[in-house]
Amino acid sequence: MSLDTVKHAAETPDTAQPWAELGLKQDEYERIRAILGRRPTGAELAMYSVMWSEHCSYKSSKVHLRQFGEKAPENDALLVGIGENAGVVDVGQGYAVTFKVESHNHPSYIEPYQGAATGVGGIVRDILAMGARPVAVMDPLRFGAADHPDTKRVLPGVVAGIGGYGNCLGLPNIGGEVVFDSCYQGNPLVNALCVGVMKHEDIHLAKASGAGNKVILYGARTGGDGIGGVSVLASETFDSTGPAKRPAVQVGDPFQEKLLIECTLELFREHLVEGIQDLGGAGLSCATSELASAGSGGMRVELDRVPLRDATLSPEEILMSESQERMCAIVEPGKVARFLEICEKWDVIATVIGEVTDGERLEIFWHGEQIVDVPPRTVAHEGPVYERPYARPDWQDALQADDAAKLPRPQTPEELRAQVLKVIASPNQASKSWVTDQYDRFVQGNTVLAQPEDSGMVRIDEETDLGVAVATDGNGRYAKLDPYAGAQLALAESYRNVAATGARPLAISNCLNFGSPEDPAVMWQFAEATRGLADGCLELGTPVTGGNVSLYNQTGDTAIHPTPVVAVLGVIDDVNRRTPMAFREEGQLLYLLGDTREELGGSAWSQVVHDHLGGLPPKVDLARERLLAEILISASRDGMIDAAHDLSDGGLIQAVTESCLRGGKGARLVLPDGTDPFVQLFSESAGRAVVSVPRSEELRFTDMCEARGLPAVRIGVVDGDSVDVQGQFSLPLEELREAHEATIPALLA
Amino acid sequence: MTARVGVITFPGTLDDRDTQRAVRIAGLEPVPLWHRDKDLKQVDAVVLPGGFSYGDYLRAGAISRFSPVMESVIDQAKAGMPVLGICNGFQVLTETHLLPGAMLRNNHLHFICRDQKLRVENAQTAWTADYEAGQEISVPLKNIDGRYVADERTLDELEAEGRVAFRYLDGNPNGSLRDIAGITNAAGNVVGLMPHPEHAVEPLIGTGRTDGLGFFTSLLKKLVNA
Repeated sequence: MSLDTVKHAAETPDTAQPWAELGLKQDEYERIRAILGRRPTGAELAMYSVMWSEHCSYKSSKVHLRQFGEKAPENDALLVGIGENAGVVDVGQGYAVTFKVESHNHPSYIEPYQGAATGVGGIVRDILAMGARPVAVMDPLRFGAADHPDTKRVLPGVVAGIGGYGNCLGLPNIGGEVVFDSCYQGNPLVNALCVGVMKHEDIHLAKASGAGNKVILYGARTGGDGIGGVSVLASETFDSTGPAKRPAVQVGDPFQEKLLIECTLELFREHLVEGIQDLGGAGLSCATSELASAGSGGMRVELDRVPLRDATLSPEEILMSESQERMCAIVEPGKVARFLEICEKWDVIATVIGEVTDGERLEIFWHGEQIVDVPPRTVAHEGPVYERPYARPDWQDALQADDAAKLPRPQTPEELRAQVLKVIASPNQASKSWVTDQYDRFVQGNTVLAQPEDSGMVRIDEETDLGVAVATDGNGRYAKLDPYAGAQLALAESYRNVAATGARPLAISNCLNFGSPEDPAVMWQFAEATRGLADGCLELGTPVTGGNVSLYNQTGDTAIHPTPVVAVLGVIDDVNRRTPMAFREEGQLLYLLGDTREELGGSAWSQVVHDHLGGLPPKVDLARERLLAEILISASRDGMIDAAHDLSDGGLIQAVTESCLRGGKGARLVLPDGTDPFVQLFSESAGRAVVSVPRSEELRFTDMCEARGLPAVRIGVVDGDSVDVQGQFSLPLEELREAHEATIPALLA
Repeated sequence: MTARVGVITFPGTLDDRDTQRAVRIAGLEPVPLWHRDKDLKQVDAVVLPGGFSYGDYLRAGAISRFSPVMESVIDQAKAGMPVLGICNGFQVLTETHLLPGAMLRNNHLHFICRDQKLRVENAQTAWTADYEAGQEISVPLKNIDGRYVADERTLDELEAEGRVAFRYLDGNPNGSLRDIAGITNAAGNVVGLMPHPEHAVEPLIGTGRTDGLGFFTSLLKKLVNA
């Protein structure tokens, strides 16, 4: 086929083009023609199609995401906000921390190992591109029913992919989630988070400035893998009758990425980089157009200089390829030689492929002939924006009216005991160590806390013991019942988890996993969830630093539960002050903080015992969450508590069981007089935590709670080798451990 | 005056900075060594840290053994310099034949990361003199190719000569023959093991134990106080 040059395109306006096959709508194609004043060349069409995909352009979500900026709380800690590769937060002592969570859902269903592996690779490069050394990862995961045969295909592959890639990069995996629900059967959620650390002066941005500066592509060669990944996979619904989509999944090489990390950090150290962008979704199309769009001038690229793995690739394919482990840097001409020398030291291929111009166009050439001539902003930042119609689904009222309070409850202590065991052993409430033991949590030697602790914590300065903590949470069941409240509950839980370990929550990132935006019911869920999250962040004073939207998560017409996953980053001045979750000291007093109401809608109990989802999720009280966090942080700083664990799904009995098993110590619980033991044990009221208080600190601790107006009820003592609920039942630790730890291996090993 | 301990970085090495920290905490001076340099910079001992050198794509440690730095390490090891190989470093040492045997994929085929109990079987090597023979310690284990194998005669020889340095306790994590976690050469200067002592040197970090510090304090005593 002859080359479709700009000149040729101008001369042949009527040539039919495969815009529909590339995922563009007719009006979008017309708009490209209007922008260019002619039909696009094949290469231009390829670029627009990937950059205007839902995944890259956020065209359906943009109008709602604006709230994260508009409602952003006043916060001096935010150094770089939404729009860059990742947000950056000031954590003090001259350090800045960048973190972000992203989705790799669709590729992971098609090819679990590579899909999950390249998800880790992509988010790590995003963090690296900000100028930071990646210091930790975590993975919030959602799968179909635990006992479904396909889960046995998808989950082990995803876990092996995350481990295989992350372990090989030397990044400790310190947290995350594993959730099972049949709504994710044909559409698992594989979200990946990375945290990076740098000094303030090391922050780098993705922009191409300074005419004459060189554009250097470095890292892996470009191959034919992942072509159209964002437009084909991430932006459309799976159709079981379609052709296999494996070629659109990228293949990862963690060894190459490890070299890329060390090489890039050395380039930063020598101040050789003016602007930088990683190549992820949409590959070179994205990197060149975003760099040029954010910069002051234009850019000229000689595409034939790109090192290839497969010499037969066409220019369109090179522009769309999502081959992994590649970065694009803008470098002053005088620094190019040293840049290439450092790449050579790390055995990383580096090629000057173009330069920044003083024009306003992104121009791409193939063996001297021009194949792209576009205003870069129209590709990267001024894509289509849709005001998708949305409407509260007609089934929402019926769902909320189907109250979990009417479900039959255990009538005797024996029944209560049996249901506790059943919930503790259920796949969602069971220990996930079969998964997390496949991840390296020790590498880098700075891990203070890792799963199953409430948040992962790493030390970032060995002299001062400054540290950061991160937690991710999301509850699709709550969000299905009420997307606004569900998003706030995800935020509240993540915030609470960070505070429970003694760290002060600073900022959030999110991954918003939803069904098709073309379904008004899904769009309503999305609108409600983003509104809830933006309002919640304003109230808690934690700005959104960035994140990711993943739409079209559905099978046929059936969408997944709306699943906003929220990651909260916190800082702790001295990691020696961290609060672990384990009850370790016999005789310490257990206090339940917060109010327990009869709230069973969306609860683990309603799911495990009755396979029920209905009613309303727990009430949100963010002022209370804030107070609880302040108490937990003060108590940690002043040494008043030895252990803390947040209460969430599974309620009080789940939290106490986990803390007992973690510390190898039992507990004797005396529930408050006049309360219903079933409600006390299983209610999922938000804004609560259980803490273990040394007797010597009891008065000081309760005085503080009383002075600040936080309900604190003494509910028992760390004691013995069973969990004993007085007047109800006793469960030996060994029986609990067996129930809690045997489930996942039995299903998956 | 303290001793200088070289820590080698191959492409794909992961625990080099951690190992340097452990060396420093023990009171020794860490010296980074680069795989392309034959020059060992007058170090008194060398550690080959864990990781996935060259991606472990051919076979763990198989390519690193041919790097320029290893030529010097082999020479010096034969002359008696203390050399410790941890995880991937142990794999490199078996590939160079400084230590016998080889590592295969774990018998359960998964990467495993956990706190692992070990028994120190030989407390007379350059890296274990600070322990008691028979002492039980816990250090992190994290690998996918950790199953130690050798032929029966080699295994019998190792046992007879007291060259099994560490044995797994409370459950063999990967199918290693005779529960072997680490071994030493006959002279006791070259030691390799799969678990990671450098990740157990600070009370707050990792497992919260400091059971691994003895590797480095053993070396300090040998080199400085000898």
